[in-house]
Amino acid sequence: MCGIAGLYTKTDALRSQLGLHLAAMLQQLSDRGPDSAGVAFYRDPAPDGWCKISVHSPAQTPGWDELADALARRFGDASLTGVRATHATFVVAAAADEVQAWLRAEHPHLTLMSAGQTIEIYKEAGLPTDFVRRFDLAAIEGSHALGHTRMATESRVTTEHSHPFSTGLDLCLVHNGSLSNHNRLRSVLRKEGIHFQTDNDSEVAAGYLTWRMAQGATLEQALEGCLEDLDGFYTFAVGTADGFAVLRDPIACKPAVMAETDEWVAMASEYRAIAVLPGAEDAVSWEPVPGRVYSWGTALVA
Amino acid sequence: MAAPETTPAAALSFDLRADSVRDLNRRLHGPEATGRIRVVNPDGRHALAVGVDAECEVEIEGHVGYYCAGMNKRATIRVRGNCGVGVAENMMSGQVIVEGSASQAAGATARGGLLVIHGDASARCGISLKGADIVVRGSVGHMSGFMAQSGCLVVCGDAGEALGDSLYEARLYVRGTVAGLGADCVQKEMREEHVTQLRELLAAADVEADPSQFTRYGSARQLYNFKIDNVGVY
Amino acid sequence: MSVTGNGHNGTPRGWQPGLRESATFDRDTIADIQRAAREGIYDIRGFGAKRRVPHFDDLLFLGASVSRYPLEGYRERCATDVTIGTRFASEPIHLDIPITIAGMSFGALSGQAKEALGRGASEVGTSTTTGDGGMTPEEREHSTKLVYQLLPSRYGMNPDDLRRADAIEIVVGQGAKPGGGGMLLGHKISDRVAEMRDLPKGIDQRSACRHPDWTGPDDLEIKIQELREITDWRIPIYIKVGATRTYFDVALAVKAGADAIVLDGMQGGTAATQDVFIEHVGIPILAAIPQAVESLIELDMHRKVQLIVSGGIRTGADVAKALALGADAVSIGVAALIALGDNAPEHDAQYAEIGSAAGYYDDWQAGRDPAGISTQEPELAARLDPVVGGRRLANYLRTLTLETQTLARACGKSHVHNLEPEDLVALTIEASAMAKVPLAGTNWIPGLSPLT
Repeated sequence: MCGIAGLYTKTDALRSQLGLHLAAMLQQLSDRGPDSAGVAFYRDPAPDGWCKISVHSPAQTPGWDELADALARRFGDASLTGVRATHATFVVAAAADEVQAWLRAEHPHLTLMSAGQTIEIYKEAGLPTDFVRRFDLAAIEGSHALGHTRMATESRVTTEHSHPFSTGLDLCLVHNGSLSNHNRLRSVLRKEGIHFQTDNDSEVAAGYLTWRMAQGATLEQALEGCLEDLDGFYTFAVGTADGFAVLRDPIACKPAVMAETDEWVAMASEYRAIAVLPGAEDAVSWEPVPGRVYSWGTALVA
Repeated sequence: MAAPETTPAAALSFDLRADSVRDLNRRLHGPEATGRIRVVNPDGRHALAVGVDAECEVEIEGHVGYYCAGMNKRATIRVRGNCGVGVAENMMSGQVIVEGSASQAAGATARGGLLVIHGDASARCGISLKGADIVVRGSVGHMSGFMAQSGCLVVCGDAGEALGDSLYEARLYVRGTVAGLGADCVQKEMREEHVTQLRELLAAADVEADPSQFTRYGSARQLYNFKIDNVGVY
Repeated sequence: MSVTGNGHNGTPRGWQPGLRESATFDRDTIADIQRAAREGIYDIRGFGAKRRVPHFDDLLFLGASVSRYPLEGYRERCATDVTIGTRFASEPIHLDIPITIAGMSFGALSGQAKEALGRGASEVGTSTTTGDGGMTPEEREHSTKLVYQLLPSRYGMNPDDLRRADAIEIVVGQGAKPGGGGMLLGHKISDRVAEMRDLPKGIDQRSACRHPDWTGPDDLEIKIQELREITDWRIPIYIKVGATRTYFDVALAVKAGADAIVLDGMQGGTAATQDVFIEHVGIPILAAIPQAVESLIELDMHRKVQLIVSGGIRTGADVAKALALGADAVSIGVAALIALGDNAPEHDAQYAEIGSAAGYYDDWQAGRDPAGISTQEPELAARLDPVVGGRRLANYLRTLTLETQTLARACGKSHVHNLEPEDLVALTIEASAMAKVPLAGTNWIPGLSPLT
């Protein structure tokens, strides 16, 4: 049970304020998700042929520079592009899956939070207001972002159990609700080669999307597959390189509000998280209907 | 909608960026709840003007969160914006007017009074209705009128899937298309008494519409006592 | 379930040498399958789970001896008071004894029964709880402390009763049917019940299993906020759950903002639901209490968010053991009705007329109760004198309290809340694992510590 938020910018001015506004949205969603918080920002693309990764370390002195050197040695070129609290981002001259495999083998105590061209995921246990401050969200710019505040239902409160979950390149998912058939589905997906870090139900949904898309489905088709293959209650927001998508289950008990102005498209669990955005009073707002995929992005039509 | 008239100055005013929701509700529960009361900058906050039991007029300028006007008695509460889940839930009497759109469970379990929504209402409008009247100028979402026991739901626009599922004795009037009827909900004949009731409701809601364009839906009453042959519906 | 008669020496009736009954398809099971084939509907009944499950009987107290010293009865106090709702409410509920009356509806019970419960509870300084039909004037009048339930159906819900209540109990579920909704069959929907519930008289009531305007603890938090605003933050708000994934449910109830949690084990009673639901869903209260307490301790909320447990509480031994495991209070339902006269031998002839017998009667859904408790028929209900019933309940509650104090004093406790898990041992491996107390004579708790 949680709060979710998504913000897609349409202007350069908004791009520079992306983190500031997402942080304000997360503060409003803190009551419904006090256990942990997480964000996925899409920004600052890695060079062609390179990938960007976001890594978490529980250690006090994580040795990020040493890790950058080790990556460079292994893959030819790599650099540390940023450090925020317990996370760091790197760009590496290699394909993401090779870097993932190397990290799992050589540095199993590190957690790979995200991989792709533009995505950066940061997530941590603790109050959302603390998270916003520790990760200096207000300073982050980018094209679009997803955020999540968590009220843990059946799995533990840890960094790894927080959302967003990323099981594919530049792909991430945040979830409000509770799935009921995720355990069996996790076993099936594991056999299909999807890797899971936790016993969290939302991570299974993320893995399902990755699996369907690896088999050739578009994001829309994969999300429509959720309606058939996932059981339970959900409002999903999915981040992609292009933008984001929203889907509610057919019963649609968990909330979702959408709004749009000339400057942005936003989605949140409660309207008060949208109310903090500039021009919200004049935004067109609506509620996504159950069982229909909504998507926004540079390449997609709203 | 009638053009705004010049109205008398508000007896009481709240700015929710300075005043607390607790303070607003506490004072609405006391002797100051009389005449016109104005609330600005709601910013989507929850539980505004809940549990009011007084003949006063509360005007809220902006969008509100969940349960606005919950359990209202006697007051007239107007939201000049959209509202979140459960507006006027369990209302007992009085009027709640939403000038924008309503989220899910609008008028849930409401027992009396009139709820008017000028925009749309989303899923489960009038769920478990227990005697109140709801008039929606726009459309309503799926599962509207679910287990509605008594009262009326009037929809000038369309209705979503599973309208009136598991309906008891509430009356549903819909002018537009119905995506699908729920279990035990059937189309019924519009007789003179229904046309009269509908006309009165539309007038009370200050909504212009021709009653003859509406279709009435009600319970087939097949689920009132368990019969094994209905097992497919359960 | 059909009644199986035994001969005087325990030999099943009809048995001859050479006949062997199946443990899987015993005669009760055969009767049930044949009933289903005849009627085409699941068996609906009242009462709680009847099969044996690990329970408080499988735990024993370690009374004082040489290493510990007992308290004298009478002179040396053993206090029993408890306050519920200290977290947020400005008017928490003070109870003289840690035993409350659980939620049971007018509709399921007669008006006389509700009045008797109110009288008895008030006499000893404890609370009663409304049920799935709303608050009756008699109950409010006769209960000095009344907890008002908010259920998925919202029958009779109104803000005046909300403000007249001493506490609000948001019912997510109950032990007999976690995940199920209320049920009342047509013959119990009398004129008065129909009016209170806004239903046509004589129909079979269908009830929702989810609340109409919130789903999930994140939205429950907002609903609680609304209820507090309506009642000006005066009164405590409880959340009631049937025991299933208790560890998580308790944590979520705390996060949603509950003042107290009511935890009902699978043995908890009901007026009417499917037999399969009663017997096969939910966990024993013995297994649920340690999960709840662990969750509260982890959140630093033990004794700050009070825990009231129910489901098969019968004697002061059960009360004491529940408190020792970490509960703040217990609630009784079935036992209270039995105290009023349910299943009493003096009605045996009338039970026989309706196909039952004293000690077996569980057809509370049928509304033909000879004791006048689970019925709406005026002549039957009139058999229960509320004043007499109230006195009987008060007697029973006093007995429970004295028994609890006796055991607590024997363990050296001057307040029943000072009972702790270390005062208990288990007789069976299952009970040890569930209650997380050692097997008697050992240090062993299966799953928690090595065998020494």
